[in-house]
Amino acid sequence: MCMATTTTLGYDDLPALLTRLTGDEKHDRSSFSTLDVLWVLYDRVLRDEDRFLLSKGHGPAAFYAVLAAKGIIPVDALDGFGAFDSPLGYHPDRNLAPGVEISSGSLGHGLGVAVGAALTGRRIFCLVGDAELDEGSNWEAVQYAGRVGLASLTAIVVDNDSSEHGWPDGIERRFMLEGWSAQRVDGRDHDALEAALTPVSNATRPRCVVAEVETR
Amino acid sequence: MTTMRERFYAVAREALDENERVAVVTAQIGTDSIGDHPRHFDVGIREQLMIGVAAGLALEGYRPVAHSYTPFLVERPWEFLKLDLGHNDLGAVLVSTGASYDAARSGRTHQAPEDIALVAALPGWTIHVPGHAEELETLFRRSLSGDDRVYIRLSDEENHARVDGGGFTVLRHGSPGAPLVVAVGPTLRPVLEATAARDLGVAYLATVRPFPHDGVREALADGTDVVLVEPYQAGTSAAEISVALRDRPHRLLALGVPNAEFRHYGSGEEHRAAHGLDAAGIARSLDGFLGAG
Repeated sequence: MCMATTTTLGYDDLPALLTRLTGDEKHDRSSFSTLDVLWVLYDRVLRDEDRFLLSKGHGPAAFYAVLAAKGIIPVDALDGFGAFDSPLGYHPDRNLAPGVEISSGSLGHGLGVAVGAALTGRRIFCLVGDAELDEGSNWEAVQYAGRVGLASLTAIVVDNDSSEHGWPDGIERRFMLEGWSAQRVDGRDHDALEAALTPVSNATRPRCVVAEVETR
Repeated sequence: MTTMRERFYAVAREALDENERVAVVTAQIGTDSIGDHPRHFDVGIREQLMIGVAAGLALEGYRPVAHSYTPFLVERPWEFLKLDLGHNDLGAVLVSTGASYDAARSGRTHQAPEDIALVAALPGWTIHVPGHAEELETLFRRSLSGDDRVYIRLSDEENHARVDGGGFTVLRHGSPGAPLVVAVGPTLRPVLEATAARDLGVAYLATVRPFPHDGVREALADGTDVVLVEPYQAGTSAAEISVALRDRPHRLLALGVPNAEFRHYGSGEEHRAAHGLDAAGIARSLDGFLGAG
């Protein structure tokens, strides 16, 4: 739904793009935790007709950098990050920034919207954080998607162990109990991420991919 | 100068140490600033649970204090305020930070100009909008000694100095029949600047619920024109002015944040100016309503 026609920049260009997004140092770690998942999604997995929802709107710098690298937003827009008339704020607004499918920043909203979109049969990818899963609204979405076998939905949980009380026995186990398929992969390994994130054609259940990155 | 937020954290820490009734519930906002204490419960990013836990603590006789950013303390768990606290008739002190647009760079998700209207829609709440850190401390300490439901709205924007005298104070009298400007919380600073050369009465309001109907009525005296300046959604207390002046012909200009999606990031100062809530904007509105001063 938001793919550029040509790739303009590569993964190695992302650090330089990120340096242009200054001012939101509070969310530096959040931004970096999602970087490789976002790159693999936009570089290797997403098709034009797919839709990606960033539920974890905190620290969207990596998201903006990847969108810029892919030519979806202008690179020059990165310099105005957070300014009054900038389309790029510390939390994304779908009405301001091209390629942003949902406005996010208040945690726990993306998965519900993702379920609604996935009910139409479109391939939907939704990225959440492990701490974001604290919000109870996520579990309403997880439970419903599992019950109805929503195979068009992929939830990606970027796990940097930032949930205050943690997830004993693992995040993926909780999704599996609700009828999802789930696996844990190295959130910095591009080949492993591609293999895990690429949907299989005969799926009958929603999928959860837990992308483990450095502890916050 | 100590900000309201810093002062709140300091008083909360002190209250935990000195008052065995006090318990604090957070949801990953202010957690480290308040620090570890046996009666400080951080529930993770679970704001509905935060209010439920506060209600449970009240049920057990504690004086719970719940704290988060404004949208996550009021908007997200609003039904839990209504039922867990209100319908159960349990008390708590809710203290928000962020106000209408302190976190402007974070966008709409972190802006909550609707908060006072939402809390005011529920019965039985006392609502404080302090304009200075020292006022916040007084109001917060007073709230800790009660058993009622209290909402305190902190903001980055502050007045030059505290105003003593309680929730409603007449600071300046105009000539007989002069209009009355009611400045709520941190709007006093720009209001004083905008009205310095005008023949107006100026009153300061830091406790907006219960609304001081009699105070406004007396302060207006023989006048007919009221200007209400609120740092949140415009007109939140317009109906209260109507109640106060129900049997008197009057005109009301309600200034505040418009009820519209405002798709800008930037700073609080920029938002204030865009909404006409800085001194220049308030002066322009006064000119339009009252004629050039």
